[in-house]
Amino acid sequence: MIDVVNLTKRYAGFTAVREISFQVQRGEVVGFLGPNGAGKSTTMRMLTGYLPPSSGRASIAGFDIFEQSIEARRHIGYLPESTPLYHDMRVHEYLRYRASLKGVEASKVKERVGDVLEMCDLREKERALIGTLSKGQRQRVGLADALVHDPELLILDEPTIGLDPNQIRQVRELIKNLANRRTVLISTHILPEVEMMCSRVVVIHKGRIRASDTAENLLLKHRAAGEIRLEVHQPPQNTYAQLAALRGVKEVSEKMLGEECSFLLRTDAETDLTEAVLQLAQTGKWSLRSLLRRKPTLEDVFVDLTQGD
Amino acid sequence: MRTFITLLGREVKSFLYSPIAYVVLFFFLIATGFNFYSGVSFLNQGPSEVTVVEAAFNTVLFWFPFVLIFPLITMRTYADEFRMGTIETLATAPISDSQIVLSKFLGAFIFYILLWAPSFLYFTAFEQITGKAAAVAAGAYGGSYLLLLLLGAFYVALGCLASALTNEQINAAVMTFVAIFGFFVTGLLGFILNSPSQAVRDLISYFSAVEHMADFSRGLIDSRPLVWYISMTSFILFLNLQVFQYRKWKA
Repeated sequence: MIDVVNLTKRYAGFTAVREISFQVQRGEVVGFLGPNGAGKSTTMRMLTGYLPPSSGRASIAGFDIFEQSIEARRHIGYLPESTPLYHDMRVHEYLRYRASLKGVEASKVKERVGDVLEMCDLREKERALIGTLSKGQRQRVGLADALVHDPELLILDEPTIGLDPNQIRQVRELIKNLANRRTVLISTHILPEVEMMCSRVVVIHKGRIRASDTAENLLLKHRAAGEIRLEVHQPPQNTYAQLAALRGVKEVSEKMLGEECSFLLRTDAETDLTEAVLQLAQTGKWSLRSLLRRKPTLEDVFVDLTQGD
Repeated sequence: MRTFITLLGREVKSFLYSPIAYVVLFFFLIATGFNFYSGVSFLNQGPSEVTVVEAAFNTVLFWFPFVLIFPLITMRTYADEFRMGTIETLATAPISDSQIVLSKFLGAFIFYILLWAPSFLYFTAFEQITGKAAAVAAGAYGGSYLLLLLLGAFYVALGCLASALTNEQINAAVMTFVAIFGFFVTGLLGFILNSPSQAVRDLISYFSAVEHMADFSRGLIDSRPLVWYISMTSFILFLNLQVFQYRKWKA
């Protein structure tokens, strides 16, 4: 559905996106992650035909984004960052305008607008001026606009930014439902969201793609994999050595706090060392005060991939 | 074509939704009405060689509000879209950039025509009441309104270009005013300069909206201003498209 090859965007003095390549297959929901200024929005703007690439190429549903831009755009429903809308229009009026602008047949406009109003739960607000709506409602109007011509591909630039937790949940549910029969490329900062919605993750940092894989694979592969934290009261001399000798331990650090000593074990993702540590504690008769296993999260992977250069 | 009409419809409607449009309409009606009234009272003072149409379109009272309306009409066309970010949803719809530029120009132009529509009534009412012709011939009406359209198109295009250059309506308005004023004053140089050469006088006469109006309102339709205004409007619209794409691509 999306095919990006060596896409580059240079501005005077700096390069926002450097030779990125990735594919998105039909039906995939792909999370596009990266810190602010990583090049997410720039990439999305190139895909939607707003910005011309400096070099490289990309195609949407087989249409080149630059050479056949208009045709490519027909296949895209795009929600730009911060959801720009005409505040002086009413919801249904705006959606009707957008529908016919995007080439929905005149006889079908009413039906399509009705459908998206229903889908985005905007029936009650269809006569309201967009300027009077809350942020969450506007976000849903933006989504309804992206959907109104029934596109195969949705490109959503931070659709949940600036919403309160309830609104985030609503929008997330909505996107989940939409994803059923569509291809979705979604950029976000909220990592649990990605784990919930996306079948694959593309991480971009400083204009380069750092990783492109499923969330599970990223967690498996990545060295920031897992941690076990334990606190021992008056630990015996050889505790550190014993812990370090366990299979699968990558790194141990210890910190004394009076008579308590806390150890932090970094492990890889496959091995669960809780059993082994417990056994050590039993045989060594440690007075164990706490034992905590923290599973690696996507956040760890994200931080690791996007820190430094 | 259908998408273009959709675009144009939105542009015209956006004028009708904004309160400033009605303020402009209101004051413009007062200004042109007063101008017409003073034209008629001038003729009442005694025998004169001019017709009502000439008297109405060749006074300071006509030119002053005329030059002022363009910044107000065109200032929000692009500036607002860039400021609100709606330019991004607009420009990523499956429509070409030239359609956007043309629809914005035509939208403002249609509103401009709307401003002038009531003025027809003045002359009709005059002829009804006095039983005398307001112009020597139909050509004088035709000429006056033709020039109003041509001048309007040129100034509206200038205003759209200024609006595409900035995010702030007020900047757009000031730039438009300065540009129109510049063209206008250049045209007046002919009256100020001491015996300029023929070439300079010819050149200046292209800029002189005042002279054009003096001719056209007498029914003297000269092809030079016609070609001048049409080609200038096209050129400004072409520049407008370049500026629009440049700003969009720099975003």
